[in-house]
Amino acid sequence: MRAPLSWIKEYAALPEGVSARELADRLIAIGLEVETVEELGSAITGPLLVGRVTQIEELTEFKKPIRFCQVDLGDQTRGIICGATNFAEGDLIVAALPGSVLPGGFEISARKTYGHVSDGMICSGRELGINDEYDGILVLADGEVGQDARPILGLDDAVLDIAVTPDRGYCLSIRGIAREAALAYGVEFTDPASLVSQLPADGPQHPIDLRYGADRFTARALSGIDPGAASPDYMVRRLNQCGMRPVSLAVDITNYVMLELGQPLHAFDADKVQGAIQIRRPDSSEQLETLDHVKRILDPDDVVIADGSGAVALAGVMGGLTTEIDENSTNVVLEAAHFGAAQVAGTSRRHKLSSEASKRFERGVDSDLARIASDRAAALFAELAGARVDGLVDIDHRQPVTAISLPMDLPTRIVGVDIPADRARDILTRIGCTIDGDRVDVPSWRPDLTAPIDLVEEVARVVGYETIPSRGPAMGTGVGLSTQDRLLRQVRRRPAELGLVEVLSYPFLGASDLDALGLPDDDPRRTAVALANPLNDQQPLMRTTLLPGLLAIARRNVSRGSESLHLYEYGQVFRDLAEVSAPVAAAGSRPPEPVIQEMLSALPRQPEHLGLVLCGDWSQAGWWGAARPVDWSDAIRLAQAIANAVGVTLEVEPDVHAPWHPGRCARLSADGVVVGHAGELHPDVVSAYGLPARSAAAELDLSVVLGQAAPVVPAPEVSTFPVAKEDVALVVDEVTSAESLRRALADGGGELLESVRLFDVYSGPQVPEGKKSLAFALRMRATDRTLTDEDIATVRGAALASAGQLGAELRG
Amino acid sequence: MSAPNKNFDPVMPAALDPANLQVAVDAALVAIAAAADLAALKQARIDHAGDRSPLALANREIAALPPSAKAASGKAVGAARGQVNQALKAREADLKQAERERILTAERVDVTMLNDREPIGARHPIHTISEHIADAFVSIGYGVVEGPELESEWFNFDALNIDRDHPARTMQDTFFVGTPDSGAVLRTHTSPLQIRTMLNQQPPVYVVCPGRVYRTDELDATHTPVFHQVEGLAVDKGLSMVDLKSTLDWFASTMFGEGIVTRLRPSYFPFTEPSAEVDLECFACRGESVGDPDRSCRTCSSEGWIEWGGCGMVNPRVLQSCGIDPDVYTGFAFGMGIERTLMFRHGITDMRDLVEGDVRFTSAFGMDS
Repeated sequence: MRAPLSWIKEYAALPEGVSARELADRLIAIGLEVETVEELGSAITGPLLVGRVTQIEELTEFKKPIRFCQVDLGDQTRGIICGATNFAEGDLIVAALPGSVLPGGFEISARKTYGHVSDGMICSGRELGINDEYDGILVLADGEVGQDARPILGLDDAVLDIAVTPDRGYCLSIRGIAREAALAYGVEFTDPASLVSQLPADGPQHPIDLRYGADRFTARALSGIDPGAASPDYMVRRLNQCGMRPVSLAVDITNYVMLELGQPLHAFDADKVQGAIQIRRPDSSEQLETLDHVKRILDPDDVVIADGSGAVALAGVMGGLTTEIDENSTNVVLEAAHFGAAQVAGTSRRHKLSSEASKRFERGVDSDLARIASDRAAALFAELAGARVDGLVDIDHRQPVTAISLPMDLPTRIVGVDIPADRARDILTRIGCTIDGDRVDVPSWRPDLTAPIDLVEEVARVVGYETIPSRGPAMGTGVGLSTQDRLLRQVRRRPAELGLVEVLSYPFLGASDLDALGLPDDDPRRTAVALANPLNDQQPLMRTTLLPGLLAIARRNVSRGSESLHLYEYGQVFRDLAEVSAPVAAAGSRPPEPVIQEMLSALPRQPEHLGLVLCGDWSQAGWWGAARPVDWSDAIRLAQAIANAVGVTLEVEPDVHAPWHPGRCARLSADGVVVGHAGELHPDVVSAYGLPARSAAAELDLSVVLGQAAPVVPAPEVSTFPVAKEDVALVVDEVTSAESLRRALADGGGELLESVRLFDVYSGPQVPEGKKSLAFALRMRATDRTLTDEDIATVRGAALASAGQLGAELRG
Repeated sequence: MSAPNKNFDPVMPAALDPANLQVAVDAALVAIAAAADLAALKQARIDHAGDRSPLALANREIAALPPSAKAASGKAVGAARGQVNQALKAREADLKQAERERILTAERVDVTMLNDREPIGARHPIHTISEHIADAFVSIGYGVVEGPELESEWFNFDALNIDRDHPARTMQDTFFVGTPDSGAVLRTHTSPLQIRTMLNQQPPVYVVCPGRVYRTDELDATHTPVFHQVEGLAVDKGLSMVDLKSTLDWFASTMFGEGIVTRLRPSYFPFTEPSAEVDLECFACRGESVGDPDRSCRTCSSEGWIEWGGCGMVNPRVLQSCGIDPDVYTGFAFGMGIERTLMFRHGITDMRDLVEGDVRFTSAFGMDS
């Protein structure tokens, strides 16, 4: 809401000389969000005078009409060239004289043009930054020749732009803002509504049939309007200052009264309305073309104003084209009603149509205003357009507003500052409440005040938040991070410690992303929930895997010149559900337990995953030697190291799983529970994302990893006896996995076999076709003695026997 | 070697003549001092302390002396040999030290050579600052709560006193899941975590809730549809706006420096009443740039205050929706944007830097922010 300072001052008796900036600060302190203060004349300097055109010489030798005008400025007459033609001799205009500067740094000087010296400029509204009119110059209705034009144009004024929060609908009017200004300064407020005289209701009426959607509806018939009557300067100026475009007198009056009082009004051309006006639900498939030239299919939950032809307006939101006022309209039906806030909000939301009217109804309009605003507008129609004020229909179905019982110690209890009951009562009286003991009746313009706590806020904001003192923080009763929190911190942090750089991607996907990963049709990662209103139609799905986001970020980094990348991300994925249907319980009391459970379980599973992508080299080339490219084993190694941060050991088995290379993919599990996959990416995926060949990746379900973490890690027994080392080289079938062989050796060797480590792999002419040789280092040790040669031979033999069951033979 | 001394008139062999002993010692010391390396020293040892050295030969003569003469001569020879051996030992230590130094000097490398062989990791500042904030609150007894980003509508709106036709509901530009009637949304704020916490736990409740939230804004220099907030919630007996203000001031000074305070401005949120906007005293200029054209402050645009977040006393309707009696308990809540906090704290001028995942940006932050 844009509010001119001069208009506010009409109703709030602000102290002499209060600047717009000072007022803004005070309004902010009591709770209005003043976003900007615009000093209107600040971009104009130098002489800007009212002048009268005394003589016009039409210069006809040019391609466009040019006028050389004599302008009377009181003590002088100047010749000024002008390209506009919307004025005549005798008209009052605004002249910027040489030495003045107009908005945009436009300097005015005397210069020769079109064969004459132009000694200044006759200004248009646009050139002065008042409005967007550039078809012609400003012609003033009144003014004194030679006087400073600024006050007449409102250029000595300032406009406060206020973002009105949803609870303060009454501040979408000068009436409301002036009320707040008076409250902020503790000065007298003159309610503009109190200045309106009631007009008689009798006379010819337009019949009204109120069926639904409003608890108050007034319709005033007006006739004999002069269609040629123009809006007065003050009205045009204020509409402009408030950011509304002047249209025609009839429309301007309704907008002006709305700005002044806060009541939306609508003027129908009475001659276009067919029969009685109904306020009702739309019929099925009923349509309406609104004033913005959009044909709308009405929703059964909307409310329309209708006549014999059907819907003619969307109640509380926007009028329709068929009954629009035009330049020939002489008879008007003026609607001023009180529509339900939720009703209008619903219509506005469904039709994605927000208007000046809907903004006010949604936030709550003063239910007492309809008749007052109607009378105010009717009086303006009579005064400015010669209208005859005919009859009024006023249907009033309002229910009395329930009073609030306010324990007078509540403000002190909530604010924490001593606020005596008298003080609280005084403040509430000043905002318009009527008080009788603990009983508070709220004013008609404050439908937002429905509970004691709402009144506490009113008291608190007037007392001033700056009076609230500060001491130590409110101390909680907790005892540090939970085990789960600590473990999460470790796994989230470990990849960075291992050399990876953390990134965050948007969790949105398209089916094409899942295709690019090469996921089979029945892959669970294709079961994804879609957004109803995605930002990007190509990515309507919530991610089921972190990899597409990571790969896209890898590609972006590659395109920006990074060749080697080691990225990781952790975050939620959204799994196992494509359609969500959750109940929405009522608010105001705790829902029954089954309903809570139903609302929770309707959501997709949202485990936290951790993904990593490796591209290019792990270690770079340099003076130390060659680079070491990343490979499948890095992805597995890192995944294991990450799980190890919380003491979880990941077992590795070969697997075929998109988007990994089918021969270079590991399934990772902890205690038999699958945790994720790691390995080299499939070459098709690598090329789809434009990444370096042999890029590798891993993805882990952290919720599973954490589930496998022991709450207390059992300590190992560390033996101080000497170690015995034996190396064995075993020949096995090519397909036998190193891990299975390692496990066989370890299992066979038993407790005395401290560790088994693969240290070499060979396949070639030294071993038979289809075989490979795996060399393991065995370390043996007892916790209670030094091993004898016999012990060592026994352990070695047992390990080899166990390996033998996998067909392993000792290499000769 | 002289013949055994058989007569009783003792004859002092020339080798045991003190003057000759001194000559032998002097010669030995010269040779030892002249030994330039361990090999030369080894030769000097053979020549002057070996079995055939003059002093060794002199030593043998002692055996032939009459008992009365043995003691004096033995002492003289022993002293001479001791002097030589000591010189040998000292020289050997010196030469070994010199040799070590020679090798160490020869092994000198240029340690300034670039060494970026292995990658160095880094964490995203959004997460490290979230942990930093959580840690601060943990230190005063708050718990940390995280929750699902795809949230039931009741938790995100209704329970927070934002009913279906409330203007705040459209104000927040919600991503709806499936259809607008599915009952699920991408959470538009971290406030549903208030509801989840209070449904689970009777007061006292003291929690801090960092998390990712969603609104349908297009990405530009100051907006992103996916961003992060941190929410604080305290519900207990007797909490008031003084506790709220005090906690926010403590938070501000913890994050931005001793003495930095907050300012509350009345505002509106459906889930708090009274509600306020939280401004942070500018930690860069501490307000000294206000009205001083010579000291313009980029952090606060010379306003002295920076818009930081929203807060208020938990609306009794919200407590009731969670089954908490507002006549017994009161609470306060506050929420701040993490991206916004990072932007003014670190002088980040473009939101896209926080979003795009460029490794050059993240790497600068290391393991903390």
